[in-house]
Amino acid sequence: MSFSAGVRKQGIIRGRAWPVHVLLILVTLAIGFPLVYAALISTQGNPDIFAFKLTPGDKLAKHFDDVWVGRSLGRSMWNSTVQSVLITVAKTVLSLAAGLAFVYFRFRGKWLVFFFVLVTLMMPTEVMILALFRLVSSLGWQNTMTALVVPFAASATGAFLFRQHFSNLPSELAEAAQVDGASPIQFLTKVLIPVSWNAIGALAVIQFVYGWNMYLWPVLIISDQKSQVIQVALQNLQGIDVGLTYGPLMLAALLASIPPAIIFILLQKQFMSGFSIGADK
Amino acid sequence: MTLLIALLVGAGAGAYGFRNALRLRPQPRYLAGAAFGLLGAAVVSGATKGCAYGTDVDSIQNVIGVAIAGAAGLAAATAASSTKAARGDEPIAKQRSELRTGTYRLGWWWPWLLLLPTLIILVVFLYIPAVQTFTLSTMLVRLGAPNTIDVCLSNFTELLVPNPWMVVVLPSLSVAVIWGLGLWKQRASAGSASYNLATTLQPLGIMALLTALYFMFSGGTNGYRSIYLNTVVISAGTVLGGMVFGLAIAYLAFQKVRGIGVYRTLLIWPYAVSAPVAGILFFMMFDPTAGVIQHIFDGFGIDFPNYRESVSLARFTVIAASVWKVLGYNILFYLAGLQNVPIDQIEASVLDGASAWQRFRYIVTPSLGPITFFLLITNLTYAFFDIYGTIDYLTRGAPAGATSVAIYEIIRVGVDNRDIGRGAAQSVLLFLAVIGLTIWQFRRSEDRITYGGVG
Repeated sequence: MSFSAGVRKQGIIRGRAWPVHVLLILVTLAIGFPLVYAALISTQGNPDIFAFKLTPGDKLAKHFDDVWVGRSLGRSMWNSTVQSVLITVAKTVLSLAAGLAFVYFRFRGKWLVFFFVLVTLMMPTEVMILALFRLVSSLGWQNTMTALVVPFAASATGAFLFRQHFSNLPSELAEAAQVDGASPIQFLTKVLIPVSWNAIGALAVIQFVYGWNMYLWPVLIISDQKSQVIQVALQNLQGIDVGLTYGPLMLAALLASIPPAIIFILLQKQFMSGFSIGADK
Repeated sequence: MTLLIALLVGAGAGAYGFRNALRLRPQPRYLAGAAFGLLGAAVVSGATKGCAYGTDVDSIQNVIGVAIAGAAGLAAATAASSTKAARGDEPIAKQRSELRTGTYRLGWWWPWLLLLPTLIILVVFLYIPAVQTFTLSTMLVRLGAPNTIDVCLSNFTELLVPNPWMVVVLPSLSVAVIWGLGLWKQRASAGSASYNLATTLQPLGIMALLTALYFMFSGGTNGYRSIYLNTVVISAGTVLGGMVFGLAIAYLAFQKVRGIGVYRTLLIWPYAVSAPVAGILFFMMFDPTAGVIQHIFDGFGIDFPNYRESVSLARFTVIAASVWKVLGYNILFYLAGLQNVPIDQIEASVLDGASAWQRFRYIVTPSLGPITFFLLITNLTYAFFDIYGTIDYLTRGAPAGATSVAIYEIIRVGVDNRDIGRGAAQSVLLFLAVIGLTIWQFRRSEDRITYGGVG
């Protein structure tokens, strides 16, 4: 009994703890290296970089001024924030509504609608991006936030996630709500959403990161620098041919990664538990 | 004449597609299948106005036209028979949902109102562009120009070698080999010698298909063959590297040592980094004048080559950046998958004196099968599409197009060269690859359900 408890406590490999610690630290350092290196470069001027100094330089403030004021990185970050928040909110609301319809209503042609949504899982936007570009351009949406949000406002993944989640809830919830005379919308806001925060949080992380990291679509549809999102705006700092601007480029790349990292860390618990729910199925 | 052959092939494929419609007796079954197949072939032929069957086009277009008609026939019959199967299941599904209390009994329009926004967006921004991609692929369309010219299948035949046998027979043969091996494996009892032989031969079948596709695409300087090769090499490298390292690190992070939560967070965070930023970070590290890799090699007195000028090094750099980027995601899912490893079997094997490697090989690996397959599909999707941002910042397809993968080439042709029709034809090829992968995925998950395995 005590033996098996020992196995459980230590996980799968038995043995001393310190070799595991050494390996874990090495792996963590290896994975973190590109980021640490970028952080180092972002503080150094070109002479320091070429001399391969391992100590931080004194150029961080200047670089920040360059990218934030000189290259208006703040404006692109703001555009990306608006885009990601709108996509996240729209996808969450529409997916909740779709999940509600799939689980708490019976209607003709439900399986057809279900199939219709399911098939979109094998239709990645990138495959039809030329046709989508032509379509959205013909609507006159170039350089607008509408073009960055509306085509991505619905999500089959989200609809199925909530359908799965709702159908695992006890049906007494819905019965009680109906006895109390709650409308479907009241049932959604007062009962379903409060018990679904983990699933909502997991979906929110995925969708926010998806929106923030979107690259190909804004490259095509946004040409005006004022409306550009951060992932594309980084191009302005990458002077392959002309001035070598390593420091500002690294700083901008780090700044561009902060918002998704914050969301990820804040919602990490929901993200993990939302996934382990999904992984059991 | 060619049209007749095409319709016959479609009907034959349709009859084959109905082989599993067991509710009908053989004769009407095959007749119904043939009818659906004929319908599918006719619809496809009608949509292209039969342009592929004339004598005025290359013989390769005739052959591809017949092949497409056959595929459409098979697809129509399969869809019809699975719709029938789904309909047949409906009474049971109805009973089941009848038992489920707590559904709302309001106006019929309520659920439709809830689903309407989702459906509108899916139709307008997914289904319509998907159909348009197919129609655009048969046209000469310039970006921004309103006029279009029908060019039938020439956007496709340009990408292929001008030899019908290479284009149709070789890939079909290798698909037949894969399918036959699958059937053989199904028939043989698990664990028997022939079952094991079929299992070992299966990867060879897939390799044969990949090789056949290589010879199918046109070679030469402007040929699509090099794009295909880049896509296969870079996506295979990304998937293999990402999964092997992901599993190894997840296994390490599954140990219950002190502070494991902190380690896990530090291992998973690259998930939040974007593909473009991954490209930028590796751009810096591998930079030929100022990068750390260059400095290290200089320290040993070795002149490290410029990755933007070396074919293999450029591909390696793109793969390294992508592996680094997907690692966090893979570690996350493998950690979740490791929770399902049967701890009691591990304990028993410890008592039996099994080594750590034996435990890993015979107990841990089998229970990770489903999650590995899931990651295979998601990593492939990443390597097909999201990799665009990494390549755009790291190599821009250099040197001489050696890191230009399928999606990169689609944008280069369709947007940079403003040739939407040719870009759309390449998109259709990629679309077919995605559909193939998805069908494979669905079949795999169906298999698991029928065999009662643990998901």
